[in-house]
Amino acid sequence: MYVAVKGGEAAIANAHRLLADRRRGDRSLPAISIAQIVAQLGLAVDRVMAEASLYDRSLAALAVTQARGDMIEAIFILRAYRTTLPRFGYAQPVDTADMKIERRVSATYKDLPGGQLLGPTFDYTHRLLDPSLLEDGPVDEPEQKDVGDAVTMRVSEILAGEGLIEPDGMLPEDHVPGDITREPLEFPLNRDLRLQALARGDEGFLLALAYSTQRGYARTHPFAGEIRIGEVEVEMDIPELGFAVSLGRIRVTECQMVNQFSGSAKQPPQFTRGYGLVFGQSERKAMAMALVDRALRAQEFGEDIVAPAQDEEFVISHSDNVQATGFVEHLKLPHYVDFQAELDLVRRMRREHVAAKSQGPKPDMKEAAE
Amino acid sequence: MTDLATYNFAYLDEQTKRMIRRAILKAIAIPGYQVPFASREMPMPYGWGTGGVQVTAAILGPDDVLKVIDQGADDTTNAVSIRAFFQKVANVAVTTKTKDATIIQTRHRIPEEKLGEGQTLVYQVPIPEPLRFLEPRETETRKMHALEEYGLMHVKLYEDIARNGHIATTYAYPVKVEGRYVMDPSPTPKFDNPKMHMSDALQLFGAGREKRIYAVPPHTQVVSLDFEDHPFEIQHFDKPCALCGAEQVYLDEVVLDDRGGRMFVCSDTDHCEDRRAHGHVGHLLAQEAAE
Amino acid sequence: MVEVQDANAVYAGAFDNPVFQSQAVFRALMDGMARPGTVVAIDASAVPPEPMGRGAGAIALTLCDTDTPAWLTQTQAQSAVPAWLAFHTGAPVTDVKPEARFAFVEAGAMVPGFNQFALGTQDYPDRSTTLVIEIAALSGGPAMIGAGPGIKGEVEISPVGLPDIFLTLWNENRSVFPRGVDLVLVAGDAALCLPRTVKLRRKEA
Repeated sequence: MYVAVKGGEAAIANAHRLLADRRRGDRSLPAISIAQIVAQLGLAVDRVMAEASLYDRSLAALAVTQARGDMIEAIFILRAYRTTLPRFGYAQPVDTADMKIERRVSATYKDLPGGQLLGPTFDYTHRLLDPSLLEDGPVDEPEQKDVGDAVTMRVSEILAGEGLIEPDGMLPEDHVPGDITREPLEFPLNRDLRLQALARGDEGFLLALAYSTQRGYARTHPFAGEIRIGEVEVEMDIPELGFAVSLGRIRVTECQMVNQFSGSAKQPPQFTRGYGLVFGQSERKAMAMALVDRALRAQEFGEDIVAPAQDEEFVISHSDNVQATGFVEHLKLPHYVDFQAELDLVRRMRREHVAAKSQGPKPDMKEAAE
Repeated sequence: MTDLATYNFAYLDEQTKRMIRRAILKAIAIPGYQVPFASREMPMPYGWGTGGVQVTAAILGPDDVLKVIDQGADDTTNAVSIRAFFQKVANVAVTTKTKDATIIQTRHRIPEEKLGEGQTLVYQVPIPEPLRFLEPRETETRKMHALEEYGLMHVKLYEDIARNGHIATTYAYPVKVEGRYVMDPSPTPKFDNPKMHMSDALQLFGAGREKRIYAVPPHTQVVSLDFEDHPFEIQHFDKPCALCGAEQVYLDEVVLDDRGGRMFVCSDTDHCEDRRAHGHVGHLLAQEAAE
Repeated sequence: MVEVQDANAVYAGAFDNPVFQSQAVFRALMDGMARPGTVVAIDASAVPPEPMGRGAGAIALTLCDTDTPAWLTQTQAQSAVPAWLAFHTGAPVTDVKPEARFAFVEAGAMVPGFNQFALGTQDYPDRSTTLVIEIAALSGGPAMIGAGPGIKGEVEISPVGLPDIFLTLWNENRSVFPRGVDLVLVAGDAALCLPRTVKLRRKEA
């Protein structure tokens, strides 16, 4: 006899038990510790922190292991936790000019004050599988130039000195930055909200969009003015104290793209900026963000909007991978009620189609079609 | 490692609840209008009921009795999961009986049993904008609602008729609320549309990913869009429910074998069980009893 | 600055159990908005400073916070009410009516014209002020007949203490739908909601 499927609860519990088993894998192998993930899969941790908008290496590592290495799942878990945290206030803007620099490269000058600093980069590694990593062999201690507390001038400042690049940021004095996690988006957006959305946007999505601008879908003529990675201080004003206190240091990646702009009757020709800033070390994301930021400024510069990367509503509405994965994957939930409605209609229309064919065209159908 | 916090009553913090509550009050005051709200990330995926869950969490109190259905059934996995979530974070009493519930959260169905004055129906909504598939831009659809410019929707429905001889929309069938706003009833089959009209219950709609809340107060006109020569009509099933013999209810088609065997049973599982408990017997059960 | 004798009035008088009490007050308001004209009970254990009444205080604690500028009558603005609101809800007080998300009018005070407040826009009609008006009583006054969404047929209301031109003000508010303010009338520990959808007329004797 037919019995309606019951026991959803037991099925879910068993599925989760199996998931836990698969997550742990072969019990004869030692479990990976959070500390190991933080130390050895640091860039995975960085991506999770960046797209979850929460700077906490240990929690991000926990999310990575809980998600079995599924990055979007890990981002989702950390975001859902972030939502529950009380908000004490807003930090002051971080000043990346004061960054304690680990890496800094510019494509626009051969040499420049502060120099080019390669830092811990995959660049110029030959992508050959390294069998020596199969064993836990000794690794040489790094050799690094001590940059001390010296402040490294930004490339944009060099250009700004000559008036060759637009000024940094154009929002009015009394503008209070919005917060996309506290207010619903309302298009068109100010650039502050747009950059917030891009900073937590999916790396792959932004990468593809950025790539599309290079291939002619909204060409922006970019030069990588500067990419810098390092630690910055986060400070918060405490009203009771009357001054700002340091909350600690975070590592960020900043990219300033220098783009062409032909100028107008009112303004002499000037380079324009595209900006990217991401938690942790993530050059690909910061560069892609900078390209997309510039493309999205099309309207501001009176450029024709002809390509997807310039379309703010399209880009921002689809850049969030937690939203995207939820909605794409919701298609696996039962939809049989609606499917039944469609089945019924399609069967009816097929019957009518067959009937119409055997009788010749129905007059009222023909009329409607005209 | 950071200490993980214990969660708040009904999961949401008080400030978030206040924000959602204010949106709900405005939604009730402007029936059918989609109020933007600062939807939060929930511990279940977007598209899986986060809007409904946030609405339920914001209205739920210790005296409530909660029922959760998906496809009309209390035992579908996502319904089980959402019900378990509220049992865990709000310790709320739950039921599968429609008439015992004060709050019913639903995905894709309206219960068969007529809802009453003390009840609130919370819909999970994936795409709240009825005009979205005609015009993808929020900036444009907002203008259309502001100007009450719904011609595009009528054109679309009429093109359906021209092409297929029918309005080819079978679920999420657009309605007009109190003569003003065109509204998406969520992806319920159009069979359920008439139940929204002049209902005794309050109907709240939550779209988490799209960050919108809207409402239909009790005793409010909800009219399905149609044309004089092609009036709105609901689905009809040829046979009654095979288990309880109910007619004029929405049925699920169940495939019985690989030789084309089919049966039709109530999609509303509580309604079906209740009828059987009261002695109603469908043809399949009667046949089995005879064997 | 709050004077010393007001300190108690400012720091005391909130809910004992904010989570459940604000939920209960909200549900009463939700039911009230969904069924305009019906009288709903408000848990009025809040004790705001004079001249704000308990019911209005409970509504403020339930719905106001740092995101909701509140407009107060001059008498309230000069009392300990702004400090009480700020301490318990964080709501800033504004004297610019169109900026107010909520407006509080104590019993007997003059009710400003509704169109001086935020009415929302055609694009965003939700961005309008909700007025919480304290009156002498919710019944016993001149009878009015209400109809509209949430009302089965018609409802009769007879609030005491509304200004004489109330119906004129209300009809003006009705005429700009979907824009408009929404009202919560409060007397003691009871409230009656009039969302902008309600059509009101004087009951003919």
